[in-house]
Amino acid sequence: MSAPVAPPARLGRLLVAAPYLWLLLFFLAPFAMVLRMALSDADTALPPYAPHFEGLARLGEFFARLDLENFRLLAEDSLYGQSYLYSLRVAALTTLIALAIGYPLAYAMAAAPRHWRPVLLVLVVLPFWTSFLIRVYAWIGILRPDGLLDMMLGSLGLTSEPLRLLNTEAAVLIGMVYSYLPFMVLPLYATLEKLDRSLLEAAADLGATPATAFLTVTLPLSLPGLFAGAALVFIPSVGEFVIPDLLGGPDTTLIGNLLWTTFASRDWPLASAVAIVLLVVLVLPLALLQQARLARGGP
Amino acid sequence: MRKASPGSLRRAFQPWDDTNAKPIIEFRGVTKRFGAVTAVCDVSLSLYPREFFALLGPSGCGKTTLMRMLAGFETPDEGQILLDGVDITAVPPHLRPVNMMFQSYALFPHLSVADNIAYGLKREGLPRAEIARRVEEMLALVKLDGLGRRKPDQLSGGQRQRVALARALAKRPKLLLLDEPMAALDRKLREATQFELMDLQSKLGTTFMVVTHDQDEAMTMSDRMAVMDQGRLVQIGPPDVIYEAPANRYVAEFVGDINILEGRVASIEGDLVKVETGITGTVELDEERPTLAIGAPVLIGLRPEKIELSHDEPAGDLNKVAGEIWDIGYLGDVTMVQVMVGGDQGQLLKVALTNRTRRAARPFAWEDQVWLSWDVEAGLVLPP
Repeated sequence: MSAPVAPPARLGRLLVAAPYLWLLLFFLAPFAMVLRMALSDADTALPPYAPHFEGLARLGEFFARLDLENFRLLAEDSLYGQSYLYSLRVAALTTLIALAIGYPLAYAMAAAPRHWRPVLLVLVVLPFWTSFLIRVYAWIGILRPDGLLDMMLGSLGLTSEPLRLLNTEAAVLIGMVYSYLPFMVLPLYATLEKLDRSLLEAAADLGATPATAFLTVTLPLSLPGLFAGAALVFIPSVGEFVIPDLLGGPDTTLIGNLLWTTFASRDWPLASAVAIVLLVVLVLPLALLQQARLARGGP
Repeated sequence: MRKASPGSLRRAFQPWDDTNAKPIIEFRGVTKRFGAVTAVCDVSLSLYPREFFALLGPSGCGKTTLMRMLAGFETPDEGQILLDGVDITAVPPHLRPVNMMFQSYALFPHLSVADNIAYGLKREGLPRAEIARRVEEMLALVKLDGLGRRKPDQLSGGQRQRVALARALAKRPKLLLLDEPMAALDRKLREATQFELMDLQSKLGTTFMVVTHDQDEAMTMSDRMAVMDQGRLVQIGPPDVIYEAPANRYVAEFVGDINILEGRVASIEGDLVKVETGITGTVELDEERPTLAIGAPVLIGLRPEKIELSHDEPAGDLNKVAGEIWDIGYLGDVTMVQVMVGGDQGQLLKVALTNRTRRAARPFAWEDQVWLSWDVEAGLVLPP
């Protein structure tokens, strides 16, 4: 028997460095560029912002021209603040509804006979095989007045008037939950499927009713999957702009839509500032949550 | 003269022979099928209060299913299960005064040791002070004082087993079920734990039912044991009776080592049965078997430790046969010698020699011509 050959130390260090290099190249560097843009002023030139970087000799002058003007505007114009709050509200509602639908779904999948599980898993992922845009467009056909939903409800005699769901917050929520549900189901399924059945038997053996066993054993042990799913739904929901653009109305302006229109009107510096604040709004609560979990000694 | 029945130890505790004793658990004609497989077939069995009962059998014999029916995780297809005379066949697990120690221990990984032990007590709605007191009591009982705040993954295998035991005992069940309780422990720890478990059981007076595939474990710990095969109870009795008077070839071979000789009954004179076997000639047995008929085929069981080995032909009218040593296996406490009798195409018989002295020259070697002999009481008659 020969011991496995250890890889050369240099290769090992390179492997460790790879993810950091990746982060540096594709996250930190672009972030620095966006930050620099957010501190600049809009310009009609190309690129549409000033100042430009003109060599190390004039570095002082370059830095002197950066300012917080854009952030001040964000703070003063209530449009932005309201839009941020509204985005958080829609994202939170989306996450809660996705959780309410996704948990039972994932639970049922994990409880299904072993040979059925791969099939159910494919069914959850199946919508991804069609373009996201087409699926959201399809919802217009379903939700518009006298669309599929109205026709169905009408023919069942449940409604006599069109529901007028399209271009409302409800339509946005339907679209968001529909689009992001798999991101809630998959991590939840992964943790629930791993759950040791004998733990539930032990709980029953010790006098727990099925409901108590769920609350005291299944639920706490599925929290990691629940947090992962909630983060995967909440984070993209806050910045979402396609779904509110297609299904929403004038009252449903999410911060993503604002970002998009600001960019379209060639105010790159202001748009960059909007993006930076969005990032802070998203990262701060997650960082605090992580801090709390570490302090509690959890995973 | 009335002879002692085979292997009768003096026992102070044998409620199963007392017609007035009331069983705590009764299986009445219990059958359980999984699809086409009958896991448990027409089992009737009574357990008595304070008894330490072992269910012994190979994996897949139905012993775990039998235990899970007692805990309420499986429902019998036929028959009844009674606890203290009350039919509990349809009672769900969380309402049964029966607790189980799982083979995997099934400790709740997100709860501390103390919270694991308190889990069942909280379900009963006991006051907090009482729960805390009982948890401390349990921790002391299984010698885990001071470890209450640890999480299960911060414990060793042996400690986890004790937590599982404490958790199952905390509710003071009428019956404690133990599913392969020693399977995950190493040999030394297993031995120590066996005796601790017996000690605990006699201290608490709880009825224990342990499922195991390890005959040593079953024999060491139990007052009575049942040997299972393919869903049926083959024999129920105290360990020494099972060992010395097995009901059939299956039990004889499953519990301990045994040589089986095939033969036919040649004559019966009172208690003395003579059996003619092709290989060893006529074998005399001292056993009351009124059902035996002249000429009927029988099996003779001979435990290896009951055979004497010598170089010279032994004197007297013992059962004896000549052979050649084919193999010697040194096991430390005993040496297992395989002797070929009845020529090269004959039968290998196992003989166990106790190694009583440390430095004596080994008296036997490979290819030695030797004599095997045994007392008339050594052999036992088994149905073919």
